[in-house]
Amino acid sequence: MSEITQHQSSSVRSYLVGFGLALLLTAIPFVVVLFTSLTKPLTLSVIAVAAVIQILVHLRYFLHLNFSPSNRWFLVTIAFTTVILVIMVGGSIWIIIDLNRHMMPMP
Amino acid sequence: MQATLSMALTNSHEQTETQADEARQLGFWFYLMSDGVIFALLFATYAAMSHSFAGGPSGKELFDIRYTLAETALLLTSSLTCGLATLAALQQRRNQAVVWLLMTLVLGLSFVALELSEFGDMIGQGAGPERSGYLSAFFTLVGTHGLHVSLGMVWLLVMVAQLLRKGTRFQVLSRLQRWALFWHFLDIVWVGIFSVVYLPGVLP
Amino acid sequence: MFGKLSLQAIPYNNPIVMGAVALMVICALTIFWIITRQHKWGYLWRHWLTSVDHKKIGIMYIILALVMLLRGFSDAIMMRIQQAMAVGADPGYLPPDHFDQIFSAHGTIMIFFMAMPFLTGLINIVVPLQIGTRDVAFPFLNSVSLWLTASGAMLVMLSLAIGQFSTAGWTAYPPYAELSYNPSVGVDYWIWAVQISGIGSTLTGINFLVTIIKNRAPGMTLMRMPLFTWTALCVSILMILAFPGLTVASGLLALDRYLDMHFFTNGEGGNMMNYANLFWIWGHPEVYILILPAFGIFSEVVATFSSKRLFGYHSLVWATMAIALLSFTVWLHHFFTMGAGANVNAAFGIATMLIAIPTGVKLFDWLLTLFRGRIRFTTPMLFTLGFIPSFAIGGAAGVLLAVPPVDFMMHNSEFLVAHFHNMLIPGALFGFLAGYMYWFPKTFGFRLDERWGRRAFWSWLIGFQLAFLPLYALGLMGMPRRMEHYGNPDWQPWLIVAAIGAAVILFGIVCLIVQLIVSIRRREALADTSGDPWDGRTLEWATRSPPAAYNFAVIPEVTSIDAFWAMKREGHTMPPEPVHYSDIWMPKNTGAGFYLGGLSFILGFALIWHIFWMAALALLGMIGIVIARSFDDDTEYKIPAAEVARIERRRLSPQSPGTRPLANDSTQPATEV
Repeated sequence: MSEITQHQSSSVRSYLVGFGLALLLTAIPFVVVLFTSLTKPLTLSVIAVAAVIQILVHLRYFLHLNFSPSNRWFLVTIAFTTVILVIMVGGSIWIIIDLNRHMMPMP
Repeated sequence: MQATLSMALTNSHEQTETQADEARQLGFWFYLMSDGVIFALLFATYAAMSHSFAGGPSGKELFDIRYTLAETALLLTSSLTCGLATLAALQQRRNQAVVWLLMTLVLGLSFVALELSEFGDMIGQGAGPERSGYLSAFFTLVGTHGLHVSLGMVWLLVMVAQLLRKGTRFQVLSRLQRWALFWHFLDIVWVGIFSVVYLPGVLP
Repeated sequence: MFGKLSLQAIPYNNPIVMGAVALMVICALTIFWIITRQHKWGYLWRHWLTSVDHKKIGIMYIILALVMLLRGFSDAIMMRIQQAMAVGADPGYLPPDHFDQIFSAHGTIMIFFMAMPFLTGLINIVVPLQIGTRDVAFPFLNSVSLWLTASGAMLVMLSLAIGQFSTAGWTAYPPYAELSYNPSVGVDYWIWAVQISGIGSTLTGINFLVTIIKNRAPGMTLMRMPLFTWTALCVSILMILAFPGLTVASGLLALDRYLDMHFFTNGEGGNMMNYANLFWIWGHPEVYILILPAFGIFSEVVATFSSKRLFGYHSLVWATMAIALLSFTVWLHHFFTMGAGANVNAAFGIATMLIAIPTGVKLFDWLLTLFRGRIRFTTPMLFTLGFIPSFAIGGAAGVLLAVPPVDFMMHNSEFLVAHFHNMLIPGALFGFLAGYMYWFPKTFGFRLDERWGRRAFWSWLIGFQLAFLPLYALGLMGMPRRMEHYGNPDWQPWLIVAAIGAAVILFGIVCLIVQLIVSIRRREALADTSGDPWDGRTLEWATRSPPAAYNFAVIPEVTSIDAFWAMKREGHTMPPEPVHYSDIWMPKNTGAGFYLGGLSFILGFALIWHIFWMAALALLGMIGIVIARSFDDDTEYKIPAAEVARIERRRLSPQSPGTRPLANDSTQPATEV
């Protein structure tokens, strides 16, 4: 029982740490957008980096995804899905931008 | 994510259920991957239509970032209460788990209510989904997420009922774990939404 | 009250349609009458419709596929007759609108409701047996998948009698598929049929991926799995990750049509090119969903009937995985001519040509398995041998089309039609038929008649070449696809040859039906009492034919590739009989899957006809069933060890198959719903 209690308290800490990090990583892009006047590419980069880190934080602290052997298939599948998502989303945006340039009268 | 539940199992009678539980967690994870592709394609469609205003309003004119901030805070906090609910259930503290779940429900309901009022405002200004390709993509992406949150709340109520009726039995805990996975997944999608739709949308 | 639905929706004035409807109704009534007459409704409900046994679900999938094959083929032969006639002054016998519905229905049915159920059925029957497990990971979900697929198929069939089907082709490209150009319910039938069955396919993918990962017999490492299981694994991944593309594409089209949105419309910021993009993100992996299981079947068949270990097992596995990954990187080749620049077209063209490499590896592996083997020319083997050269021709045509400048000449022509039929008939369908004949004795306990099987094979092979090789020539002569009437008389002779080819294929289908009837009549003579009629190599042959509800009384231990072959070399024809049996827990039958399918049919129908109160009720009903099911803990039943021992002893003593039920039901308690 003691082992479980210990495990649980560390889990509470895990959620709280995750929550704190997520708050911080949410605050950064909102502050940058609302209260600073960085250039647009720089702002977008900050937003993107904060979002990627925040997603990793969620996976680590809320979904408890880590590199332990019992998680092997979860990791393999999310890694493969990420590859496919990059191909699909990146490919789609590339294709559509290219098609728009050739085929659509842009405003 | 297997670790938490199998810890609880060490003092459970239902060792034989472990294998079935592992299969269910994995299967649900695959479902989330599939759902993730749906959202990714909606994001790609939103990006493809990000300039298809057809003379209608753009995000800059429509978005009120205070809504977004409040919605983000609600959903993020609900992820915390959701996690605490599963922990309480794992510790066999049923009533505590139910309370955390109901708090999650209140946060989720407020999120959906805010989103609906935001949608209502936009539609009131004549900027509904039928106004332009851009707005179709916006309403569909954000609305699909909202629909998922609503379904998540129906599931949450089912979990409350099962906790009250069946107690913190292994099967209930296992299902609660999958509901939590779903809820956290929706929070991740929301991170994508405010980072792709709202924040870049209000940039000059 | 009834939305757009009225009595006018029934096409009374079209004799061809009404004839088909009458035929359908007569067939349905006859089947109903026979079942009632034989008092089989209770049996049908308890042992089949509510079954969660993967073998029975597989059989029902294949029955659905064969029925839909007949429907899809009727569409095909109607088109062939029309095109053979309708030149110059002759308008043929089909009005344009009807012809358009026929080619749309033909494509939709053959892809979604013939090929998909066929391969899903084979995977269902075979994969759990091959990996040595008692059932799939989620037996109830399996039943839900089946009934969602069947519900989609029924919607397409219903479109014949009430309203009309889409005229926008099986791909439903906007803007033509949008409300402004296509206000009838045809496109809506297409949308909801593919949405509902698509959800079924996604669930199947999840189910089999988990089954293969989690339920393998001890000792069966990934690299010891039979090739068919490997292809099933890759297909499951493709189903999970590709089907969302179809869900999104057809879902957004539905939003355009129902809620006046502007994703793909002509004006208001719509971008119809994105539809092609989303559709083919699903569509190209789908091609491999169809063909990879066939590759798996050919691999099993070629090894068994050459009495050799599969040549290059590892290269076949890697080739399968390479194809699965590459299939996500080529979708733009379906719309090279839409206007993308040279860089984009070149990138996707090269990716497309790359797929030829692993596919070529596979062809050589099969040829080298044949090399110096002791070949037995059974019908499954004949289909495999017929496949190899035909598929090479189609593949060469595909590599040609992968070159964007060539595609600019060939796109939308009969050349393309010839190419993809060349991939899907010898490639996919021959594989499914080979699998059907190969695993039939395992499923039912008796082999299929070889003589009629050979007749079927030769008719299919010759008919196919006659029907589709002329289309290559027609494509090169400039004939576009989907023409209900044309002015160039030079095309007609080729189209007449193609129509003759279709007639030969019709003879092939008749042979298949006769083969089934003859085999059922001669089932005593064709009985398979050993469980291993072909001298097989993989675990499915280590069970009795048909297997007991629990497949394996004792889960086998696997020590190498071709597990059963290894057992036989050690002198066991069956897994060695244990000293004692233990209790076996199996999932209980449930009607919930059937009800979910039925409600999804009502949901689809109500949405098609804008009867929104009915749609809401059906949806609520579905949610209610899922919730109720989640409260039900009593989903398994025990087969006591003594009962297992009794069944096994009875099975070990030879018995005439005539007295044996088609599938073992003795342990299944009555269904509680």
